[in-house]
Amino acid sequence: MSSHKSHDIGAGTAPLIGRSLQRVEDARFVTGTGTFIDDMKVENMVHALVVRSPHAHARIGAIDTTELLAHPGIIDVFTTADIAEYAAEIPLRLAPLVGYERYLQRPFAVDKVLYVGDPVAVIVADSRYIAEDAQDLLMIDYEILPAVTDVHASAKNESILNEKAGTNVAFSYRVSEGDIEAAFAAADYTRKESFYCHRHSGVPLETRGMIASYDATATDHKLKVWGATKVPWFNRRALAKMLRMEEADIRFVETDVGGAFGIRGEFYPEDFLIPFATMRVKRPVKWIEDRREHLMAANHSREMECDLEIALSKDGDFLGLRGVFRADMGAYARTNGGVPPAKAAQFAPGPYRVGAVQMDVAGLMTNKTPIGTYRGPGRYEVNFFRERLLDLAAADLGISPVALRMKNLIPADMMPYTTGKLCPYEEPVQYDQGDYPGTLAKIAEAFDFDRMKAKVEACGQKNGKRQGVGLAVFVESGGAGPSETARIEVTPTGKIEVFTGVTAQGQGHETVLAQICSDGMGGVPFGDISIFHGDTDKLEWGFGTYHGRGVTVGGSAILLTARKLAAQLVAMAARRTNLGIEELELKDGAIRKKGAAPGEPPVMTLEALAASADDPAELKAVEKFAPANRTYTSGAHAAHVEVDVETGKVEVLRYLIVEDVGRCINPALVHGQAIGGAVQGIGATFLDELVYDAEGQLLTGSFADYLMATSNEFPEIEAITLETSLSTLNPLGAKGAGEGGIVGAGGALANAVSHALGPLGVNVTSLPLNPNNVLRMIRQATPRQAAE
Amino acid sequence: MKPPPFAYFAPRSLDEAVKLIDEHQDDGKLLSGGQSFVPVLSLRLASPATIIDLNRVEGLGGASEMPDGGLRVRGLTRHREIELSPLVARLNPLLTGTMPHVAHVQIRNRGTTGGSCSHADPAAEMPAIALTCDADFVLTSVTGERVVPAGEFFQGVFTTALEANEILTEIRYPAWPKGRRWGFEEMARRRGDFAIVGSAVLVDFDEAGRCGAAKITIFGAGDIPLRIAEAEEMLVAKGLTPETMREAGRITSAAIEPRDDLHASADYRRDVSAVMVRRALEQTASPLRTGVAA
Ligand SMILES: Cc1cc2nc3c(=O)[nH]c(=O)nc-3n(C[C@H](O)[C@H](O)[C@H](O)COP(=O)(O)OP(=O)(O)OC[C@H]3O[C@@H](n4cnc5c(N)ncnc54)[C@H](O)[C@@H]3O)c2cc1C
Repeated sequence: MSSHKSHDIGAGTAPLIGRSLQRVEDARFVTGTGTFIDDMKVENMVHALVVRSPHAHARIGAIDTTELLAHPGIIDVFTTADIAEYAAEIPLRLAPLVGYERYLQRPFAVDKVLYVGDPVAVIVADSRYIAEDAQDLLMIDYEILPAVTDVHASAKNESILNEKAGTNVAFSYRVSEGDIEAAFAAADYTRKESFYCHRHSGVPLETRGMIASYDATATDHKLKVWGATKVPWFNRRALAKMLRMEEADIRFVETDVGGAFGIRGEFYPEDFLIPFATMRVKRPVKWIEDRREHLMAANHSREMECDLEIALSKDGDFLGLRGVFRADMGAYARTNGGVPPAKAAQFAPGPYRVGAVQMDVAGLMTNKTPIGTYRGPGRYEVNFFRERLLDLAAADLGISPVALRMKNLIPADMMPYTTGKLCPYEEPVQYDQGDYPGTLAKIAEAFDFDRMKAKVEACGQKNGKRQGVGLAVFVESGGAGPSETARIEVTPTGKIEVFTGVTAQGQGHETVLAQICSDGMGGVPFGDISIFHGDTDKLEWGFGTYHGRGVTVGGSAILLTARKLAAQLVAMAARRTNLGIEELELKDGAIRKKGAAPGEPPVMTLEALAASADDPAELKAVEKFAPANRTYTSGAHAAHVEVDVETGKVEVLRYLIVEDVGRCINPALVHGQAIGGAVQGIGATFLDELVYDAEGQLLTGSFADYLMATSNEFPEIEAITLETSLSTLNPLGAKGAGEGGIVGAGGALANAVSHALGPLGVNVTSLPLNPNNVLRMIRQATPRQAAE
Repeated sequence: MKPPPFAYFAPRSLDEAVKLIDEHQDDGKLLSGGQSFVPVLSLRLASPATIIDLNRVEGLGGASEMPDGGLRVRGLTRHREIELSPLVARLNPLLTGTMPHVAHVQIRNRGTTGGSCSHADPAAEMPAIALTCDADFVLTSVTGERVVPAGEFFQGVFTTALEANEILTEIRYPAWPKGRRWGFEEMARRRGDFAIVGSAVLVDFDEAGRCGAAKITIFGAGDIPLRIAEAEEMLVAKGLTPETMREAGRITSAAIEPRDDLHASADYRRDVSAVMVRRALEQTASPLRTGVAA
């Protein structure tokens, strides 16, 4: 699986980088011929159901499986006692915040369940229907304990989730840069606000799922797992360790994936339980997560509070910023759960030159689904906090929102710029290249921001509606290490096969990576290139797709490999033809004499060259690319909204994103990323919310209650892509382009709604902006004087 | 989220259908468009032993004109058919005007009048329209038909006058008098969502342009859609002015007992109910909001 041949666009079309080629993936996706995990059937396959805790916090008592096992069609059931021997903790993959490791999750809850959805048993049955019919026959005694459902209750430590740790405070640390006390002492103006970002998450339309099969007698791979995505090599290593198997005995195969957004493809309890199930029942086992499970089992994200305080001089110079973050981490530490709070704190100063920065960060455990990363982790949240505070300060000082930001953005000639060590587990941050003021100038002009602002202010309230505009500026990292590997081979028919460690979840990697390969090999025809990804059997090692690294890291590895192989092929052709290396080149898919007239027959075709190889090694190359540092994408969002002050409903009249992504490989796909990200970010601001009641029951367990933006809601989104600041950190000059569309949405919209409702005295400090909340803010506000 | 096992019948005639539901009335359920019922099954909120699928019953769908100019809508009529029917647009423009607010096209292609009214979601539009129009509900069982007025049909959340052995076979909307105008306003989180609250109104203007009769319904604000008689009478007494329209809203707010839920608080519903009623009434100022008959 997951090999895909590019379509034929003819030869002699180089360069392909920078062209909006149609996606290779489109044909199979729009004709319904993709292979998603639930499309796969394996002979003799049975079905698993994960039994989950109905309680938020309870001690597990006796478990009786007798009646369940007697039900026709039930094959097996296992619980925590059955996996005791293997019940290792699921390791952290990222963000090793000190103390957090005490809360790592095991595949099944041990002694206590800690959230609604916590796995307690797996039922294997002839069908999922039968498993659901019989589920209630599994008798589990629970002694219910008080549920902790917010950070304040958590901090009190009255009800403790993890008794061994003895506290609900998983981690707490301070990062700082510069003399914060001095900065605030010197300030003419300070303002402090308390913000809240609500719990929501990336909700891919395809839920998680996998098929595992085991054959102890197999000589190559004893255990096969289909449905892997994101980081298959890491997950294979984690699984091998837990099952005490050799990595080489396990093969992970990626299928088509219907969205991931950071939450899908991490190592979850089921990633152990389903392979374990297949080894117990000795038949292939399929597990497909249903939507209700997905909303309670897959990572949640974003929920945090922040008290943020700004210090400015009377002219608006940004002297200091200090903050206290309280992140609701949910019930366990998940593989990457430390990222959102750590990155929120790190990105607090954003694209600005700030005299001194100090951030206190605490992660608090609650009886809710654990936290992980969601597209733009920490950035969406903190951009809302900071950009909202900047607008408040601008209004207080009587400076325009654009001018205050412009004054303080890091100028291009100060790049690369170090913000200091604001993340405890990483080196000091260095922004690579960027023209932040230029980006803001671009959006201010394209949106006609100042004029629009004056216009809507003059308009006031009409027919119960008020309009407002808002801005948010951001900087955002991509291209995370470690390395990525690529192998490129020439087939006997002279075609090109590319093997990459990057995985795909719908982004269009098969298209973009082929574009890069073609350019790296002197314009090999696009239609001759096939991309293989996400199969641990096809490449020795890879890291996968996250943090804007598909192109920046994976693509760079392919470019280096393509160049290396091209040179190798030219040298080989020189040997075969007795011509000098310097006389030859690989161009448009064949070995040609340099400077040959168009139409002149090539010296050797790739097919002929392949046929002449003595050693297959001559026809392939492997390269690794390890980025020295991260790339930093900059950009801004601008929103124009209309608020119905009688119903609290907000309509987005215009939404614009400007983003400088360095080298843009395929402008259409980058544009799609910006629009798609914006829909998620705008949707999150108005609609998405994971709501719990006081007992820790998840109230938003279906799409009737967890509202996602549909194609109806936010039609007016535009995006402008800039290629102003090429990254110097990779041979493509590319930066991450997947998160810029989402990270500014909360901030820009909160500012726009506050602008619209400012005369009524509304100051948005809390999300989401659903009609109920907006109307409540209007009711509770004190209108400003008519002078406004 | 897989339905429990059940026995399945797909009768071809109404006779057969009423016999089946009579026989299985203790543990059987009817299936029409399935847009509400299938999720209920998948979430195992109900586990009927038997399902009687009405979709193949002949003659159970379609809208037609009654001899007195009223509109007859058979139980299995799809929402989409009502939305697009010129006959419905002529005989009951309120129904036509409301349909785009009911879910999405894909769901309207399947969902039915009978299913929607029998399901009796407090926030659904069809029940509110039937109530506003003083429609009659025809319920059929082995013992024959009985007719229940809309005002008695809806009894609580997901609860109606239907007996366990009855099928809702028809809704009769009375003829649309000359001079009648309609208004409809709802507040939903997204296009196509069930309303948080909404209001449907009819105002009958006499030859002099005075309000001769008014019908005001609020839905989503309580367990069932509610007519606000006090506001209706006030409008007849005082006529339609910006001030009386606001007053009708205030009366509505005071008359309802809304609840908190995930999407809005009781306070929100109370406040916004007044807005919905006022806006629906304001729409009746437009000559576009008349029936063709007017
Ligand atoms: C995403 C989504 C959004 C929606 N949004 C809206 C909305 O905005 N407004 C709205 O009003 N509705 C909405 N609906 C519901 C939709 O209109 C349904 O079609 C309707 O509620 C039920 O009609 P149905 O024909 O599908 O009935 P079914 O789902 O088949 O049945 C519903 C119930 O009625 C019973 N029943 C069905 N037919 C009869 C009958 N003839 N006699 C007696 N009992 C019967 C069934 O036993 C069952 O209990 C939405 C549905 C979905 C899935």
